[in-house]
Amino acid sequence: MLWYTGRRLLQMIPVFFGATFLIYFMVFSLPGDPIAALFGDRQPSPAVIEQLRAQYNLDKPFIVQYLIYIGNFFQGDLGTTYSGRAVSDVMAAAFPITFRLAMLALAFEAFFGIIVGLVAGLRKGKLFDASALVVSLLLISVPTFVVGFVLRLVFGVQLGWFRTTVSGAAPWGELVLPAIVLASVSFAYIVRLTRASVADNLNADFVRTATAKGLSRRRVVTVHVLRNSLVPVVTFLGVDLGSLMVGAIVTEGIFNINGVGGTVFKAIKLGESSTVVSFIAVMVVIFVVANLLVDLLYAALDPRIRYAK
Amino acid sequence: MSQTLLDTTPEGTENEEQPLLQIRNLEVSFQTQRGLVPAVRGVDLTLYAGQTLAIVGESGSGKTTTAQSIIDLLPGPGKVTGGQILFEGRDLTTLNAKEIQAVRGNLIGYVPQDPMSNLNPVWNIGFQVEEAIKANNVAQGKEARARTIQVLKEAGLSDAQDRLKQYPHQFSGGMRQRVLIGIGLSARPKLLIADEPTSALDVTVQRQILDHLGTLTRDYGTSVLFITHDLGLAAERAEQLVVMYKGRVVESGPSQEILANPQHPYTQRLVSAAPSLASRRIQSAKHAGAGDPEIFGEGSLDDTLIARAAERENAAPVKDLISVRDISKVYRIRTKGLHTNELRAVDGVSFGIQKGTTTALVGESGSGKSTVAKLILQLESITTGAIEFDGQDVAGLKGKELLKFRRRVQPVFQDPYGSLDPQYNVGNTIAEPLLAHGVGTPKERQERVKELLEQVSLPWASRFRYPSELSGGQRQRIAIARALALKPDVLVLDEAVSALDVLVQGQVLNLLTELQTELGLTYLFITHDLAVVRLVADNVCVMQKGRIVEAASTDEVFENPKQSYTQELLAAIPGGNFQFGR
Repeated sequence: MLWYTGRRLLQMIPVFFGATFLIYFMVFSLPGDPIAALFGDRQPSPAVIEQLRAQYNLDKPFIVQYLIYIGNFFQGDLGTTYSGRAVSDVMAAAFPITFRLAMLALAFEAFFGIIVGLVAGLRKGKLFDASALVVSLLLISVPTFVVGFVLRLVFGVQLGWFRTTVSGAAPWGELVLPAIVLASVSFAYIVRLTRASVADNLNADFVRTATAKGLSRRRVVTVHVLRNSLVPVVTFLGVDLGSLMVGAIVTEGIFNINGVGGTVFKAIKLGESSTVVSFIAVMVVIFVVANLLVDLLYAALDPRIRYAK
Repeated sequence: MSQTLLDTTPEGTENEEQPLLQIRNLEVSFQTQRGLVPAVRGVDLTLYAGQTLAIVGESGSGKTTTAQSIIDLLPGPGKVTGGQILFEGRDLTTLNAKEIQAVRGNLIGYVPQDPMSNLNPVWNIGFQVEEAIKANNVAQGKEARARTIQVLKEAGLSDAQDRLKQYPHQFSGGMRQRVLIGIGLSARPKLLIADEPTSALDVTVQRQILDHLGTLTRDYGTSVLFITHDLGLAAERAEQLVVMYKGRVVESGPSQEILANPQHPYTQRLVSAAPSLASRRIQSAKHAGAGDPEIFGEGSLDDTLIARAAERENAAPVKDLISVRDISKVYRIRTKGLHTNELRAVDGVSFGIQKGTTTALVGESGSGKSTVAKLILQLESITTGAIEFDGQDVAGLKGKELLKFRRRVQPVFQDPYGSLDPQYNVGNTIAEPLLAHGVGTPKERQERVKELLEQVSLPWASRFRYPSELSGGQRQRIAIARALALKPDVLVLDEAVSALDVLVQGQVLNLLTELQTELGLTYLFITHDLAVVRLVADNVCVMQKGRIVEAASTDEVFENPKQSYTQELLAAIPGGNFQFGR
């Protein structure tokens, strides 16, 4: 197990360099001059532009720019944005907000998704099951911004239960409604995944044997059906944790949250290589670690899976 | 219709004694989209305390459904629609969920069919046994743990204490079945329902487990309701027999009587089709002439076999078509750290197969017989040794040569459910090898499919059907037709009939024998079932732990086995010691 974990962590190194290199190259290749774009209609003198280009290393060839960036990265210097803020400060502001939002969304979709999916699976073909399927289909097919605006209108404006926008610090309480919106699509997938898995396991031979032992229905379901059904759900949650952590531009846009998604979006528009690449580097690490966690959790849930090497 | 039965009570008891289990006119139906489909139609049976009763029938006869309805284990759409199940005078069909839960495990134990799928893979063995003990209030807390160990030891797991924390996948099939028997008997129930408890196991393991189960139930005075498709096994293990066919009881009474003198035509067919029983008769039929057409149905196996035997005696010795010389296969298995262990799956095996004959490779699972098949088929590479086919060394064939070889040597695998693509209809499945080897025009290929379907006795109309719509026997015919599509010289049949019911098995064996005479095919027949070997093989190689321990003609092996291992295998065939009439 230790070997396996270590090997997986080592794999992060080539992934890290590959991803940062590719992203740096892509931002570099974006059309337009980022310095010129900074000033809009009132262009400064060529001398000022030259000075700025030199300051951000934009006058050097691509590969040199990348190596300078990587060199600084490992000395803890992530560069500055064109507006002069340190990229590390921007990250320190954005990541905690997105982290809170992602955790809330994950908790919501896991808790309610599994419960609704379990009940639907146990009552396959009944009214509850049918309504769960219809609702989940709706959540999957209706775009997030529609769900977001509707929920904001109903719960925020009409009922007044939640604030319609999130303040700059984005405390946990204000993030509840955005988290529900963010979780809605994944919630629908988890309902369907759990339902199918539970319905499948209900017909398994070992469930019949468990019943024949004289166990109560409740014990058969919780001990023998649920645990076996969670394996595919956990995989999904792990992958989803990754995508939730890297931000949700639409949801953040609706509720005016200054999270990761919006920040990266702005940086891409400005062509700020160091901001974009720094954020992406952190995201890559989060993704790889989340996947590793899923694989380890897998082994905990299903003893047949053992990672020898 | 069903007859009144089993009014014979065990010796030394009074006639008025109340039966432990009495099923009266039981009807069970399944709710499907086409309405209610009856599965059990008016079954009666009576079982007294301490007795063992076997229900025999092919799959779909309703035997398992009958057993499951006793403790309400019917799958979702199944429902008892009529009749009574009296257990100690109480009608189990009228109990509510709580009441039946108290009966399960506690009064009636259950041992399921397939040890591979009947233990929950994510909980350890100790947990799963202890759970049953606690649920039935046999013991709680620390005592339950001690009792778990005791139950497992009784079931034949001597090292139970050390293995409690292990998971089902770390146990062999036989060990798992012992665990399931332990669970079934953990609360000392009055009745044990054993649904094909050993059909997934090797014959030697089967024997050990059944012996053990017999001893346990005798010691505790437990009645046993045995469900099996194996007539020999039923005769050996149960005093009373109930034969079911299409949801009805067609015959019942003392086992020996029924097998010696079956009354109902279905029972007669079953008796004659059971290979372990028929094997003895082939010899006698050879001398006596033709068998009774009533019983053998279309295309008597015996006739073909006799004809072939006669041919064989006249034939001059010919060169081997396949000759296997001293082949070995070594697998490297990673153990802890960087160490590897060598596993000699096949160890210095040599044999030859003459054209037009059948050679059987026999052995328990793990004996390396399937690996030999894979080596001959060039699905795996040999480590040392040589395989010659028609005078040509086939080891390491590549590209075109390999394709040419594959055309002439075709496999048929065990599982007719797994070896056909569910998304391909029958016609396409059979035509696929032709397409892969670029044989003929579309029209010619269609002609060939038609011819092949005829050869395996399936209607032309079945070409548009999908595997899920066919029975196991039909699927295996398709697999055979597909293997024959390229007009091969050799068929490698890896447990090709093991998954089939006796009657269907008989039909497929018939078909194979006919095809052999018709097309001059050579068979390499891999099986664990010695009874089948007796029916079809000319020569037998017995394998154990990767080596051939005995190789001789079939008659010699069966009449005069030289090795103790072969003798053990022969002795383990259920019902082998019974003499059956018709």
